[in-house]
Amino acid sequence: MVIVPILALGFGIDIRYAIGASLVSVIATSSGAAAAYVREGFSNIRIGMFLEIATTVGALVGASLAARLSTSLIAIVFGVVLVYSAFLSARMPHDPPPDEALDRFATRLRLDGSYPTPGGSQAYHVRGVPTAFGLMFVAGSLSGLLGIGSGAVKVLAMDRAMRIPFKVATATSNFMIGVTAAASAGVYLNRGYVDPGLVMPVMLGVLLGSTLGARVLLNARTRVLRLVFAAVVLALALEMIFNGATGRL
Amino acid sequence: MARRWTDQRIEQVVGGLLRTGVAVAAAVVLAGGVLFLVRHGAEQPHYGVFHGEPSDLRSVRGIVADVASGRARGLIQLGLLLLVATPVARVVFSVAGFALEHDRTYVWITLAVLAVLLFSLAGGHL
Repeated sequence: MVIVPILALGFGIDIRYAIGASLVSVIATSSGAAAAYVREGFSNIRIGMFLEIATTVGALVGASLAARLSTSLIAIVFGVVLVYSAFLSARMPHDPPPDEALDRFATRLRLDGSYPTPGGSQAYHVRGVPTAFGLMFVAGSLSGLLGIGSGAVKVLAMDRAMRIPFKVATATSNFMIGVTAAASAGVYLNRGYVDPGLVMPVMLGVLLGSTLGARVLLNARTRVLRLVFAAVVLALALEMIFNGATGRL
Repeated sequence: MARRWTDQRIEQVVGGLLRTGVAVAAAVVLAGGVLFLVRHGAEQPHYGVFHGEPSDLRSVRGIVADVASGRARGLIQLGLLLLVATPVARVVFSVAGFALEHDRTYVWITLAVLAVLLFSLAGGHL
C-alpha cells in the first residue's frame, strides 16, 4: 500500500509504472503468505470464493478506469484511500460475540464455518452477505484502479458487515487479495504498466521483507507499530493529495 | 483414497503449491534480473515519463518469444507471469477441490471467478 507513494513521491516514477509494480508485489505477498495462513486453519474459502466474483469484476472495472482517468486524479483518490486506511489500521480489531442470527444467503451458500481457538473449535455465523458483496465490488475497483490489495476494505466488509471473527477475516482477505490482483494484472500487462526493470527489485525486496518481517514481528508490540504505521501512511496520503491537486503527479 | 477431501485439506495442498510457485517465480525473476543488470546496469532508467512497455513485453506470446531469444527483460517478465499465475492456479485447484467434494454450486461459483481471470489475462478489458 505504501509502494506507490514511495515510488511516485520518493523516486519520481510515473504513477502508472508505480501502480504496475505495486500490483505485482501484492500478488507476491498474498501467495507467499498463503501457506502460513492455511496452516493455522483460519481462512474460509467458500466466503472467499463467493466474494471473489465481486472483487474480480470490480478489479476489471477499476483497471479499465485507470487507463482513462488522469494521473493527477488517480493520485488524489489514492491519497483519500490512504487516509481512510490509516484510520482503519490505527483502530483495534474487535471480535463480535457469537450469536444465532441467520442470513438467508449465508445458509444457502453454506458460508458458516468454524475456527480453532485455545478452547477448541469455535463455530461462527455469517450475516450481511449482500452488503459485504457490494463492499467487495468497491474493494476490487480500488484494487484495480490503484494497484493495491485493498485488504483494509476487504477486512472491513467481513469484520463489520458479515460479522465473522477478525482472524478469519484477515486470513480470507489475504487469500482474496492475490486473486483480485491477478484480475487487474492482465489489464496492466496489456497496457504496458509492468516494467521488468522496475518490478524486479520491488518484487524481490517485498518478498524478502515479508519473509523477514513475519519472523521479527512475532514478538513486536503491535499497538505501537499500528500507530507508527498509521502516522507514516497519513503523511504519504497528504503528500499524494497535494501533488495530485497541484498537477505534479 | 483413504482420507476424505475437505475444504481444509484442499487448502493445505494448495498453500504448499502456492509457496513453491512463488519461489520458482522469484528464482526466474532473480536470474533475469542478474542478466539484466550485467547487460544494462550502467544505463540510466527513465521511469519519470510514461511510455508504456514495448509490445513484446505486453503479451504472453511476446514474452515467450523474448525468452527464447535470450532477452533479460523477457526473462524477468516470464517470472512475473509465473507469479500472476499462482492465484490463478489457486482458483483452478479450488474448482477441482469442490468437484471432489461434489459441491456443484461452488464448482460454478469458482468457474465464474476463473472466467473473469482468464478474460483479463487474454487481454480483455471493459
